[in-house]
Amino acid sequence: MQDNCLLQMRGIEKNFPGVRALGGVDFTLRKGEIHALMGENGAGKSTLIKILTGVYQMDGGEISLEGNKVSIRSPQDAQMKGISTVYQEITLCPNLTVAENMYIGREDSAWVKHKEYEKRAGAILDSLGIPARSSQQLGDCSLAVQQMVAIARAVDMKCKVLILDEPTSSLDDKEVNMLFDLMKDLKSQGVGIIFVTHFLEQVYEVSDRITVLRNGELVGEYLTEELPQVELVAKMIGKELDELSALSESEDKDHEAGEVFYEAKNLSSSDALPFDFSIRKGEVNGFTGLLGSGRSESVRAIFGADKVSGGTIKIKGDPVKITKPIDAMKNGIGYLAEDRKRDGIIAELSVRENIILALQVMNGFFKPIRRSEAEAFADEYIKVLNIKTASRETPVGSLSGGNQQKVILARWLLTHPDYLILDEPTRGIDVGTKLEIQKLVLKLAEEGVSVTFISSEVEEMLRTCSRLIVMRDRHIVGELKGKDLNQAQVMKTIAGGES
Amino acid sequence: MKKNTNVQREPLTDTQLLMTITICIFIGMYLLAMLFLGGGFLHAQQIFDMLNDNASLIIVTFGLTIVMIGGGIDISVGAVTSLVVMSCVLYLNNGGNLFVSVLLALGIGLAFGVVQGFLISYLEIQPFIVTLAGMFFARGMTTILSVNPQKVDHEGFARLRDSKIEIPWLGYVAKNGNLVPARIELGVIVALLCLVFIFILLKYLRLGRDFYAMGGNQMSALMLGINVKRTRFLSYLISGLLSGISGYVFMMHTGAGNATNAAGMEMNAIASSIIGGTLLTGGVGNVIGSFFGTMTLTTIKKIVVSSGLNDPWWQSITTGGMLCFFILLQSVVLGQRAKKKSA
Repeated sequence: MQDNCLLQMRGIEKNFPGVRALGGVDFTLRKGEIHALMGENGAGKSTLIKILTGVYQMDGGEISLEGNKVSIRSPQDAQMKGISTVYQEITLCPNLTVAENMYIGREDSAWVKHKEYEKRAGAILDSLGIPARSSQQLGDCSLAVQQMVAIARAVDMKCKVLILDEPTSSLDDKEVNMLFDLMKDLKSQGVGIIFVTHFLEQVYEVSDRITVLRNGELVGEYLTEELPQVELVAKMIGKELDELSALSESEDKDHEAGEVFYEAKNLSSSDALPFDFSIRKGEVNGFTGLLGSGRSESVRAIFGADKVSGGTIKIKGDPVKITKPIDAMKNGIGYLAEDRKRDGIIAELSVRENIILALQVMNGFFKPIRRSEAEAFADEYIKVLNIKTASRETPVGSLSGGNQQKVILARWLLTHPDYLILDEPTRGIDVGTKLEIQKLVLKLAEEGVSVTFISSEVEEMLRTCSRLIVMRDRHIVGELKGKDLNQAQVMKTIAGGES
Repeated sequence: MKKNTNVQREPLTDTQLLMTITICIFIGMYLLAMLFLGGGFLHAQQIFDMLNDNASLIIVTFGLTIVMIGGGIDISVGAVTSLVVMSCVLYLNNGGNLFVSVLLALGIGLAFGVVQGFLISYLEIQPFIVTLAGMFFARGMTTILSVNPQKVDHEGFARLRDSKIEIPWLGYVAKNGNLVPARIELGVIVALLCLVFIFILLKYLRLGRDFYAMGGNQMSALMLGINVKRTRFLSYLISGLLSGISGYVFMMHTGAGNATNAAGMEMNAIASSIIGGTLLTGGVGNVIGSFFGTMTLTTIKKIVVSSGLNDPWWQSITTGGMLCFFILLQSVVLGQRAKKKSA
């Protein structure tokens, strides 16, 4: 085993201000294997990859390549040492030709030898069976082919370690198969491939080994054939050490009695496949599934945040049209986005301005909310939600993650929604605030607000939701309620019912 | 199928496509002008006049094309040209040496290129702001040097200024029966040399291809191992150098310095570059396109004047309309192309 060991990472540590991204992770890659690196959001996969490719410098630990200790200083350095990465977003230049893309940045002469590059590139493309012409403009190729060109470049650089970071997320089935054939071909040539993806089926289709990370820690390394899908999911999601169980099972989560508030049939959007969904008044339900399973895309479709492409929607039995967020808001739907930095807060504006934002939009810009009124609203919610801020005029950007999240919650609560969608409201915030947000959700439900709650932490969803919709590979694969609402059942459904 | 790939001609790249469109429009426009306006357009001298009058504009357009291909912008070029003219005029009038005056022109251009390039590439300040500052600075300096127009009064320079290439067989017979040969000024030769050099740079040299990569996708260029900072620095350096050359050519054409020299030249250069198929977003364009872009713009202005619309605003209005038309055309053509690809 020692002799075919290609890459060894031992005790890798990485800290960001206030966060421990990796705490002593080990990773081993052997020659001619496809090794899947798995983990949920924040597990540390991308940090580990970025250390390996020289984007980040590690704070502790060591890396050895074919038995020699190495330090990787920059992406260029990594490439020189034989570690190449193909990212989800293609990092080639679409305005250059395929051949130019394969040789740019690593030529030995000051002249661009078009003819020679095209000949050499053509030979490599042929040998790998990539359907592209070397003199073609790269931007004219499909995304899958562009990705393969990136791989061909790596191969031509005599790469020993090839990292594929979410390579399949924008490819269709046929293209995925083309990519897999190429991967298997490279594997037989002795290249070690690190495959990062969140599609479980694909992991089982091509990988030999799986390493699972969770919360910046190594969970373990397994042979793919010896690890059933259910166990893989369990290892990825893990069990919370539960300080939160105070929020007990005894709470009455069942609000079946309410009338149906929202109902969608065959709703689909640019990013979500058609699905049916309904929620009752005062009900808390959840969408679960691994990252990339379509859970966020589905709720974004409900809110009209992505381009809605079809389906019928009824609110309280009346047909309505929701294609833009403003439509949803006018119908009493609020949405707290998954990425609060990008879709939620406006960091430079004050707490007060952030809180009244949604209400102002609802009122229309010709009816400004009076300053005194806005201040009163802000003060009220700062108190109700216990937002820790120096004053209502403090820029939101200077608040902690949990308090930023509360500001956005306040923004939606102020519009008195009938239906509130919370996408990962507890991500990256401290345990105390998590608990407060969960309590708030239950309180809202008691007051008759319907809530859709999404979280990567299954435990958290089990505590708050009375119904869980399970998604896998962009399809709804199950709906759990009552006695089925337990961790084992959820994981089984996520993993696909095998074993 | 593999055999075919070697023989098969590739579809035009975006750059080639846009350039071809410009050239076709230029030729079409010129033919129409010959047909309907006749007069000057029937003489070869018309084209030479356009070149003689615009040699310095052509040169700065090349510099701007390089910067724009790299995804940047340089609006200091006109002001630097003006500063170079005034500096060289004053130097020559104070008994300067002809050869040193050339070095002075190149030096001033290079100095602007180096400072602006450094601020933009290594201190990462917005190119628009930096070159805007450079523009004001150069304009101010020009005015400090002399508020009044200065005529060059230097024997050697006068000889250089007056040397022209004459081509009798392209000339025409004037009304008084004398043969007027076609005249080309030295500045045009300089501009054509620049064209050849930059064409080779962009097409066959690594540096040139790195400009395209940087403009196409800066992040990718970095990941592919290109020293993006140095590449960007060099693009501004070349643009500065060309502004210096342009200044000297300008002086050879007018033989005088004036604080308002080359006013608005940067905008004409940007317009020419865009008409020639350079995208403001970077990564697409080339100097042959830019050359024809300048010619197209100039022809349009000539046509406007020949049509009897002598007031200066008509030229501005047509330039504006022309620019709009080309940008629309480019986005339609490239949009169609993207659609065809995804289909």
